[in-house]
Amino acid sequence: MAEQFRTCPTTGLKIHKPAETLIRVNAVAAVVCLLVGGLAALLILLTRWPAVHLLNEEWFYRLLTAHALDMLIAWIIFFEVAGLYFGATVLLNNRLPAPKVGWVAFILMIVGGALINYTVLVGEATVAFTSYVPLKASPTYYLGVILFAVGALTAVLHFFAALIVAKKEKTYEGSLPMVTFGLMCAGVIAVLTLLHGAAIYIPTFLWSLNGQWGIPNDFFPGIDPMIYRLVWWGLGHPSQQINVCAMVSMWYLIATLTTGAKPLNEKLCRTAFLLYVLFINVASEHHLLVDPALSIWHKIVNTSYVMHLAVLASMIHAFAVPAMVEVALRKKGFTKGLFEWLKKAPWGNPAFASMFISLMGFGFVGGITGVTFGTEQISIIRHNTWSITGHFHGTVVLGTTLAFMGITYYIVPLIFRRQIFSETMAKLSPYFFGGGVFIFANAMMFAGGYGVPRRHWDITFAGASIPFQFDPTVFFFIALTGLGGLLAIVGGALYVLNTVASVFIGKKIQ
Amino acid sequence: MSISVERIWWRPLDREEKIWVTIALIWCLGTFFMMPVWHVIAKQNTPNESYKVSVDDFEKLVTAFNEKYKVGMDENSGLPIVRPPAGSDVYFAGTGIWQWSSILELEAGKEYRLHISSIKGGGVEAWQHGLSIVSSKFNANFMIIPGYDYVLKITPTEAGEYGVICNEFCGIGHHLMAGKIIVKG
Repeated sequence: MAEQFRTCPTTGLKIHKPAETLIRVNAVAAVVCLLVGGLAALLILLTRWPAVHLLNEEWFYRLLTAHALDMLIAWIIFFEVAGLYFGATVLLNNRLPAPKVGWVAFILMIVGGALINYTVLVGEATVAFTSYVPLKASPTYYLGVILFAVGALTAVLHFFAALIVAKKEKTYEGSLPMVTFGLMCAGVIAVLTLLHGAAIYIPTFLWSLNGQWGIPNDFFPGIDPMIYRLVWWGLGHPSQQINVCAMVSMWYLIATLTTGAKPLNEKLCRTAFLLYVLFINVASEHHLLVDPALSIWHKIVNTSYVMHLAVLASMIHAFAVPAMVEVALRKKGFTKGLFEWLKKAPWGNPAFASMFISLMGFGFVGGITGVTFGTEQISIIRHNTWSITGHFHGTVVLGTTLAFMGITYYIVPLIFRRQIFSETMAKLSPYFFGGGVFIFANAMMFAGGYGVPRRHWDITFAGASIPFQFDPTVFFFIALTGLGGLLAIVGGALYVLNTVASVFIGKKIQ
Repeated sequence: MSISVERIWWRPLDREEKIWVTIALIWCLGTFFMMPVWHVIAKQNTPNESYKVSVDDFEKLVTAFNEKYKVGMDENSGLPIVRPPAGSDVYFAGTGIWQWSSILELEAGKEYRLHISSIKGGGVEAWQHGLSIVSSKFNANFMIIPGYDYVLKITPTEAGEYGVICNEFCGIGHHLMAGKIIVKG
């Protein structure tokens, strides 16, 4: 048993080797997906920019579908699985109870992801991320999503098993570290989310079989589009809450690693995580505010009282993370005035910069807009406009993705035992990426305010039989979106190149 | 080594933490109460009236409506220009061939019951669409779901031409779905 562990010379942490390998492969898969999704992002961006309008409509909608799946699902979930294994083993001095199960989960996710990408790229699943029925993809698409989800669920359950093992074998003292606690909350939400996913993707898969592979046309009845929307968003929105929980956990982890900060009051922070678990799932109803079928009081109840308790949780983290950093930095002697600690914070450390930009961006760009757009009247103005795209790039790109990028600068030396290839690239990347997405997301939201739709190949309506022209102001905001997007892509490319270079040719750490 | 965390972490909050949580909680309660309150006092709310309707039946309603109130034809698109009387039921749909069912002519200051849904309209399928009514000063968006009749009580307040575009991805012709509503003063 003992030979399965090694001790990290820098941190003194005990690392379970089979867990380490699984963390590695999942992290590598995540970065590969980020690369594929990022290339799609570049092409989509250059198409939505009317001055360039690069792709034809077919490829635009294909890559739009692939971009969403590779980023929102593949990149983030692979990274989260790596994070879960890390939180349940390295941080707890623990082993992964069944590495083989970890490999099964990984292979399921890889096969699922490959099936999704293949089906979308050959043009048999141009249904956008939401695949609203009666839009229909080839069965292999839904099968890919299901396989990926089963793999992810297996990984999450494996994580819970590891927590139980750690508890039984008393590998750690006292309470779970807060990062692991946060990841556990993410895990609970993940199980709920994936069950919703099964509830909608399995019937949709069966329905897509009608008339395929020699199966009769009336094999499975059609799916009611409203029921589809209600259940699908039980997957679609909560899956982003897994990201929120994982991202906040990374904030605490990075704050500790970069400044030595400790949470000021664990009760407060942990209660905030619990608020996410208890109250955030129903928030998915705000996607349905301007839908028929659901009564207005049903909509109001679900998007007001409970949702705002989850908002309270974010408000608590928004206080607790900067506060713990401030206390730690003041202890180091940066006590002049109100803000010396902030000025002298380790801005040159890419992990710290990523964490802080992620925190500010998630709150001010993604969070506030999410809460406002999710109200009844404002939803009428913003629903399905580009503002929504702007909002969620504020949460999952500026927030989650940047936080995950930040922690990479610690995972590479600790888990891959390689030095970061280029410090300069690492230093620049969070500012390019964060600044770019900041401009991009805000410009999108302004354009959306004028009614510019999301998921649209040509907002000049050149081919339409009835002409329509937007207020010319929107073209200014679209150009700004383009420039911000390019800047973000430069930042993202720096991150991917640097990470890949570090993993393969970075200097080995003994 | 593992990271050990003191088991006793339920110590009381500091003053700053208490102040922050209190302010945040009051803020959240405020936004919570404003949702129902605003629904009562606001002038523009999401409509609360909808019915189940078969795609074929709604197509019949749209065809009958277009024939009854047709006043002309848009040459380029071949769509009927339809002028329903004030206060009437207006049937409007997105079609399976990525068009709208008509060009509407409405009167400013008059209320209409706008029924929206999705029809095949010569196409293969009744997709989900997004009804987006846009001008440089105005923007409102509602979902069009096949099998559901969503009733929007609308009163155009200003004369002019409003664009009608689709903002839910509905297949390869999605970006061709442009139309208009003409409001006469």
